[in-house]
Formats: sequence, C-alpha cells, structure tokens
Amino acid sequence: MKFLRRMRSAISESRLVLLLVVAVAAMAVFVACGDDDSTSATKTPGGAPTQTPGPQLSGSINGDGSSTVFPISEAVAEEFRKVQPGVDVVVGIAGTGGGFKKICNGETDFNDASRPVKDAETQACAAKNIELVEFQVAFDGLSVLVNPANDFAECLTVAELKSIWQPGSTIKNWKDVRAGFPDMPLTLYGPDTDSGTFDYFTEVINGEAKASRPDYTASADDNTLVQGIAGDDNALGYFGFAYYEENQDKLKLLGVDAGSGCVQPSRETILDESYAPLSRPLFVYVRGDALERPEVKAFMRFYLENGKQLVGEVGYVEAPDSVYQQELAKLK
Amino acid sequence: MTVSQAHFRRRLLLRRAAGIAFAALCVAATAAAIAALGVLLVQVAAKGIDRVGWDFLNAFPSRKPEEAGIKAALWGTIWLMGLTAAFAVPLGLGAAIYLEEYAPRNWLTRVIQVNIANLAGVPSIVYGLLGLALFVRALELERSVLAGSLTMALLVLPIVIIASQEALRAVPNSIREAGWALGATRSQVVFRQVVPAALPGIMTGIILALSRAIGETAPLIMIGALLFVPFTPSGPMDRFTVLPIQIFNWASRPQKEFQVDAAAGIIVLLAVLLAMNSVAIVLRNRFQAGGRR
Repeated sequence: MKFLRRMRSAISESRLVLLLVVAVAAMAVFVACGDDDSTSATKTPGGAPTQTPGPQLSGSINGDGSSTVFPISEAVAEEFRKVQPGVDVVVGIAGTGGGFKKICNGETDFNDASRPVKDAETQACAAKNIELVEFQVAFDGLSVLVNPANDFAECLTVAELKSIWQPGSTIKNWKDVRAGFPDMPLTLYGPDTDSGTFDYFTEVINGEAKASRPDYTASADDNTLVQGIAGDDNALGYFGFAYYEENQDKLKLLGVDAGSGCVQPSRETILDESYAPLSRPLFVYVRGDALERPEVKAFMRFYLENGKQLVGEVGYVEAPDSVYQQELAKLK
Repeated sequence: MTVSQAHFRRRLLLRRAAGIAFAALCVAATAAAIAALGVLLVQVAAKGIDRVGWDFLNAFPSRKPEEAGIKAALWGTIWLMGLTAAFAVPLGLGAAIYLEEYAPRNWLTRVIQVNIANLAGVPSIVYGLLGLALFVRALELERSVLAGSLTMALLVLPIVIIASQEALRAVPNSIREAGWALGATRSQVVFRQVVPAALPGIMTGIILALSRAIGETAPLIMIGALLFVPFTPSGPMDRFTVLPIQIFNWASRPQKEFQVDAAAGIIVLLAVLLAMNSVAIVLRNRFQAGGRR
C-alpha cells in the first residue's frame, strides 16, 4: 500500500513538472514564432507592389472603422474574395473616430466612416505623411420613430425636433412639442454618445455635433431602441433607416419637415436627398499610398462597381450612379 | 422554574423558526440565481439550437444570415485562450509562489500585494489601451492574436496570482516544516508538497481567469481585433476575431435572422467555455486524487 501511494505521488510530481515544462516550452515557442512571423509580415507589403497588376492578385488589406458602414464593407469583402481568393481583406469595428486614429498611424489601409473626416484628423494624418482619399459608398437616412399607438404625430419640423433634443430642453410632455398634441408624457430613445449616428443627428438638428439633452434612454444597440419604442406608447426616438425597414410592423415612421413640406424617409427620398437634413452619406477613406498597391486598387474598384447592389442587401441606400462614376475616376 | 422553562421553550421555537427562515432565504437566493441563468439558457437554446451545425461551425462571416458562420471567431477564440493560458499560468503561478513562499514580509511586498489586488479591479478597457501602446505599437506585434493574448494575459494575471496565493496560503505550515525537518530544500518543499496540495485551488483560479477572458470584447476591439476575417489564424502573428465580438455584432444587426445567428453563437461560446472548464476540472480531480492521500 505504502509503496503504491509513493508510486502514485511520484507520478503526480513528475506530471506537475512536465506540465510546467510544457507550459514554459510552449511560451518559448510562441514567442519565437512571433518574432519570426513579424519579420516576414513586414517584408511582404514592401515586396508586393513590384509585380504588375495581373488578373490574380495576392496580399492583405486591413480595414477598420464605423460599425454602421461595416455591413457594406463586409459584403464587398465577402464578394471580392470570390474573385480574388489570394487577397485577404479583413474589417474591424473600432468606430469612425477610432478607425481614423488607426489609419493615420499606418495600421490600416482603409477606414469605414459614417461622417466626413474632420480637419483635426486630416492634420493628424498629414503629420505622418498620410493622405486620405475619400470615397462615398452609400446613403443612410436617420429615421424618427414613434410607437404605433401614437395616432396624432405624423410629421415633425426640424425646429420641433430641435426643441425636443437640444441640450437643456425641458420638454417632457407631447403637448409641449406642438399645440394640439395631447397631454401625454414624452419618453426619448436614441443611440449612445459614441455612435456616429448620434454625432450626425445632433449636428444637423441641434447645430453642434454631440450637443444633446442627456436625459434619454441611450443604447449602442439599435435593436434595443426598437424594442424600447415598440413597448412604450409615449416613445420618440431615432436611428438608422435599416432598423425601421426590418421592424415596420412594430414602429411608426414620422416625416420630417425642413421647411419645404413633410417628407418621409424611403429609398427614393433618401437617394434624391429630398429627405433632408437627415440623409447622410457613408464613406470609405483609403490611404493614398495604399491605393498604389494593385490589390487595394482592385478592391476599391470592386467596391464602387459592385457595391451598389450589396448596399441595398444590407439595408442601406445606394448612391446615384453619377456618384460612383465620380468616385471611380479617383482611381485612375 | 416552570416560568423560565416556558420562556426557554418559547425562545427555542423562535430560534428554530428563525433558523428555518434563514435556510429558506438561502434557498431562495440560490433559486433566483439559477432561475435567471435557466431562463437565459432556455431562451438562447430555443432560438439558436437549430442553427448550430457543421455548416455554422465551418463557415466564415457573411452578409447573408443563413450563410454566415462562426469558423473564424471560434478558431480565434481557441487560439487566444490557448496563448493566454500559456502566458498567464506560468507567470501568475510563479509570482504567487514567490510572494507566498520566498518573499520577505516587508513594506515592499505589501505595496506589491495591494497593487495586485487593485489591478484585479481595473476596467478591462484600460488593459486594452496598455496592450495597444505596448504590444501593438511599441513591440510592433500589430493586430495579431499574439498581441491579443498578451493583453488578455495581463488582464487575468492578477486573478491567477491572487487565487494561487490564497490556495498556497491554505496549505498548513506543518507540511512545510515537516519537509524542512526532513532536510528538503525550500524548492523541494514547494514543488513536491505545497504546490501539489494547493493545485485544486490554483486550478479553480485559472478557470475563473479564463472564463473572464473568453467573454471580453472591449480590450480586444481597442487593440484592433477584427470582425470580418475570412480565414482562421495559422500562427500567432495572424489577424483574428473572437466569439463575443461576432455575437455582439450579429445581435445588433437590423435583420432578424442575425439574431438567430447570435443565439447560435452564444451556444458555441458556452460550449467552448464548458469544454475549457471541464479540462481544468478533470486535471484538478486527477491531482486531487493522485497527489495527496
């Protein structure tokens, strides 16, 4: 018995030591591999451009940026892989601003953006000798929504929206929005402050990006806002058009009057920009030096030539043909 | 006499009633926690179980919900967790052994101790910023699974250290003294007596640490983990994505079919978590059975 026990404990000791040895060895191997790979990884981008652009390209393209634009870039990358399987395109969701920091740091080749680049960002890029080329790839229409039980509101003017959403607004009842609206509490829903949608809405409605009353239900997930508005008779909220399209039975869409009559967002009114001022363009920014690489150029060409159909599939509105033609000219 | 007896009996009944009430409260607390978990699991399972299958596990992300799969995220998570464990376990265990078995008890070790405890409570996004500055930029590891796992290792290191220290501290001092009395060196005592005895506790700490790491998204998005990755990592320098990022993105997409993908993704994440924990539990039970008596 004693002997057996000793045997067993000896085995477990050696097993423990073995475990430690394996763990340390694994660490050493991983670190060694890491060094090895990093040098070879830095070599490839420098070596690739010497080849002439043939039909089958290879290389890797790094994208990041807005989670709003992500579904479009994902769709394009998915389709691009079918024609150019040798090119690895990856896309992240660091946000529009976070993505600009990365591209200006030389970490990415393109950046999805749900708003135009800011001057400060262009300057930060220029300081690193990085030039950004802007491509407009689609339109989105920020939609204003209420609960279907709301039978009095059909349309709000930009001024009324501003009186509701501006910083310091004290409107807490529908009757204070417009004379004639019933005496009903008003509860507000909107995207959280990190969102590009929030930036855009506050800029065109309140006149200053990120200036908004703070006492509303905020969520980073637009589906949460859909649920909130669908379950609250007093609700008013805003988010991207795609989320309305998928939930038409649960929500009531309001028109917006910017002075020339009431316009409801639809594919047509967003496309011809009569749904103003809440139609917004969506962009992809590409690093000027990356555009010289044949695979990046081919990817952007594919984006602009085939993006049109894909944009609709993922819930956005395609830009007019003239815009795509104009953007394609930047690739020449 | 009879008065004090009656008094005693009354008190006794009261005390027993209070005892039963307390036990009932404890049962209710447990039931509430399990019920919440149960509702969550049933909901997710009902929504997503039909979606989980070979096609789902073996397809890359897609704009079409019915074609989208979790292959890249699944392999990314497996790589990330493997590397994180490979970094965090030896470092954490080593630090714990030093602090418990070797370090002198003075102000310096107390300062270190307090700092480790504080680090365990630092929000994960802060580790993301550290990882971005240190691993991604300074060490030029770029947006690799290596940079991600090093960041994650830092994130869980305090948990591993603290849990291992607790486990080592729980080993009775008499075992060390007996070892020394027999002429064993300090390291012999540590490796042959103390660590094997503490191993179950250490394993529990590692399970907790990895369970935290597997669900993290914020630090990984900060260091540049991706979302659309049409390949699986083939080495530690490859770009990657992980399950929670993919699940969060699917859950926030407008198309309802993506909600089903999100639920299926959660099932896969739970399966990976359970698999990981059961490996640790099997290891723990083996050491527990074979190590001592």
